[in-house]
Amino acid sequence: MSTETANDNKWIGKNTIRPDGADKVTGRAAYAADTTMPGMIWGKILRSPHPHARIRSIDTRKAEAYPGVKAVVTAKDIVNFPLDKSVMLGIQDMRWMCRNVMAREKALFAGHPVAAVAATTEKIAAEACKLIEVDYEVLPFVIDVEEAMKPDAPILHDFIQFDGKPSNIAGKLEHKLGDIEAGFAKADVVIERTFRTKPVHQGYIEPHACLVSVSDGKATIWSSSQGQFMVRAMCAYLTGTPQNDIRAIPAEIGGGFGGKTIVYLEPVALLLAKKSGRPVKMIMTRGEVFHASGPTSGSFSKVKIGATKDGKVVAAQGTYCLQAGALPGSPIRGAAGCSFAPYDIPNVLSVGYDVVSNRSKVAAYRAPGAPIGAYAVECVMDELAEALKIDPLQFRLKNAAKQGTKAAHGPVYPRIGFVETIESALKHPHYKTPVPKPKNGLLHGRGVASGFWFNAGGESSAQVNIAEDGTVVVITGHPDIGGSRASTANITAEILGIDYKKVSVLIGDTSVIGFSNLTGGSRVTYASAMVVTQSTEQVITQLRERAAKIWKIDPDAVVWENGEARPAGDNAGKFEPLTLAQIAAQASATGGPIGAGKQLNTVGAEGGFATHVCDVEVDPGLGIVRVLRYTSFQDVGRAIHPGYVEGQMQGGVAQGIGWALSEEYIYDKSGKLDNPSFLDYRMPVSSDLPMLDSVIIEVPNPKHPQGVRGVGEVPLVPPMAAVANAIYNALGRRLYSLPMSPPKVLAAMDQAAE
Amino acid sequence: MSKLHVSTTINGEPQEFLCDADQSLLDILRGPLGLTGSKEGCGTGDCGACTVTLNGRIVCSCLMLAAEAEGQQIGTIEGMAGEELHPLQTKFLEMAALQCGICTPGVLMAAKALLERNPDPTEHEVRFWLAGNLCRCTGYDKIIRAVMETAADMRGAAR
Repeated sequence: MSTETANDNKWIGKNTIRPDGADKVTGRAAYAADTTMPGMIWGKILRSPHPHARIRSIDTRKAEAYPGVKAVVTAKDIVNFPLDKSVMLGIQDMRWMCRNVMAREKALFAGHPVAAVAATTEKIAAEACKLIEVDYEVLPFVIDVEEAMKPDAPILHDFIQFDGKPSNIAGKLEHKLGDIEAGFAKADVVIERTFRTKPVHQGYIEPHACLVSVSDGKATIWSSSQGQFMVRAMCAYLTGTPQNDIRAIPAEIGGGFGGKTIVYLEPVALLLAKKSGRPVKMIMTRGEVFHASGPTSGSFSKVKIGATKDGKVVAAQGTYCLQAGALPGSPIRGAAGCSFAPYDIPNVLSVGYDVVSNRSKVAAYRAPGAPIGAYAVECVMDELAEALKIDPLQFRLKNAAKQGTKAAHGPVYPRIGFVETIESALKHPHYKTPVPKPKNGLLHGRGVASGFWFNAGGESSAQVNIAEDGTVVVITGHPDIGGSRASTANITAEILGIDYKKVSVLIGDTSVIGFSNLTGGSRVTYASAMVVTQSTEQVITQLRERAAKIWKIDPDAVVWENGEARPAGDNAGKFEPLTLAQIAAQASATGGPIGAGKQLNTVGAEGGFATHVCDVEVDPGLGIVRVLRYTSFQDVGRAIHPGYVEGQMQGGVAQGIGWALSEEYIYDKSGKLDNPSFLDYRMPVSSDLPMLDSVIIEVPNPKHPQGVRGVGEVPLVPPMAAVANAIYNALGRRLYSLPMSPPKVLAAMDQAAE
Repeated sequence: MSKLHVSTTINGEPQEFLCDADQSLLDILRGPLGLTGSKEGCGTGDCGACTVTLNGRIVCSCLMLAAEAEGQQIGTIEGMAGEELHPLQTKFLEMAALQCGICTPGVLMAAKALLERNPDPTEHEVRFWLAGNLCRCTGYDKIIRAVMETAADMRGAAR
């Protein structure tokens, strides 16, 4: 709850009230499921009960004849992308997307959509789904990533080959630096360990939902997603509709964390609406969200790190096998690329494998892949520090990447703030407070871990318009998932020198604002700040020109200061300053409306680093772990709205504690998810957590006008290792698989006793 | 089967509606009554996004049959603010105690019910009272702080 640098800005760095705030605390904000249309009907999806089955035939005749049913669609209504030719949209391959929204040749997981029905009521649609006859040839299945890599594993896709043989390994990625063998030869201590994690879900509270209306071939889509332009493009591809005939309107989004960067329902609802001639609404149940939307990968990793006696890491090797689910696309880039990125290591070999299995297709989850890699690396770093008898933070500090360090995933770092996160942790009262001694049979421990995320730039558009009364309307193109409108208001008000309350910030639909890439990659505040800054600067140029016209002087002789045009140079003091409102009132007479837009493919989003400190209490009798104190230290470049920056840090930590201790996908023997509810899929509730202290560190990004670095994803990278290292510190026993739930803690205690 | 006729009071106003015997109160609020401030996050009473009050007690409206509202007093998020926002609503905005906002109506309804019963709750009490309201964005830190600060402000104002 502290900021380490002072700032003299009026709005940047201030906790202003978000523009959409009142709507969100009064229930007025319209999320995906909150919109209705006259004549609206309901869509429901029939899902495969089998984890793996060939679809021999689908007979929809009985469902179509059922009273109240208006349309039925199956895979044959979706545009087919042949398996032999990749068609990419961003990082998504349309070959996989068309098969993910509707099973084509095979059902690949229990819950895979096989048909959809639209009917006058939800109940009729659900009843009609049961009348669809699907002839399945049930096939052997495999879910676990290690099982899926075995030579005799059931093969999901004949077209995937690895080493010349049919395989479930759909892809491999390798980062190399230096000479790994020579590096390990120099090491005095080498530690190699194996780690396992389970699939975990993003856990957004708002289920996927949409409402789609089609009239004269033109579609209007209301849905909540992490990108209305992604919705438009994917629906265009999957339904064969030109993009200009689709208007995708972003509803307020009730959480995404990466999970809403692809479509599930929208193209299906579009086709149902087209066939029925009626607007179609679809809402997933929570069970459907768990069964069929993307969790992140489960994983199997091996990490080996070597260091010299004096504590210098000389070689590091990681192998990360990630479960993609039904179709390729595991976040191996995040695991292999980010895991060693915090450190200056001369010799690195980091390899990721993308492994398909009969589970719902993976979707992005906050720093995709990076938490899996960091969990393994940061636990081994902890063991090395212990073996070398060095404080674990000092060990990280000694090996920390800095400006000029060459990372294995490619870049030579510019100015970064990793060292500052460790130094800040070292001098923080949390780290200086001794770990409590065992009390009432409860054991205490402290763990630390660090983490890195790439961050992203990419395409963004903004429009800044001055209203006739001098107030300001800003439109951007990325859904606001955690307060980004507030950041935009702060920046616009700062540059214009006006009260932030005079700035309205709206998220435009695909027909009113230029293309803007996803809300993802920790890119929104970074990229929208760039286009908003440039748009606002253009507006100020116009305002100076208008004032010059009114005063009949040269525009170069006008400056913009503190929300006013002022004559400068020789003219200084000759005219009364003109406020934004005064200039706006004369806009028609001085040249017309005042406003400007900017569209950029933003670059220069430098990486983000964090270091976390975690204290736990372990009940050795019950195996229950409680986090008692947690502090995260993160270089955010520049906090435009510190409250929402802290919120990102705290939220990521909470998700990480859930991943570490209680969250996991559990499958039964028939390959079905056994815990598809918030009761059995155990996310942290308020009574599970302590306050989550967050220390904002500001090492400005030299490539950004305000110095911003992305902040949203790094906070989920260190927590699993921080908790694991704390449990070790309490128990003297290491756990090598997540979640570290009571049965696993007890098993580790039993082993220790033997 | 014919629909049931229900007469109830919602946010202090008399209200009538027709429902099926198996329809939840949440479905009627969000559907025919257009009160979409109550959200459905799970439909099984686990997330608390649909929290409303029934004669002043908080309930998950997804677990309550609409027909059970007959003759009762129902309170929803739409009734929380008067001409001005409720102090909890204001504090949540000032302290950035919401991110995506989907859980916020339920959290606010539950928090208001807590402060009506216990104007001076400890952090522990707030955490356990709100344990039925899942939030995936905030890590609860700012929510807990906002509820406690609102309680302090309201105690000050009441003095």
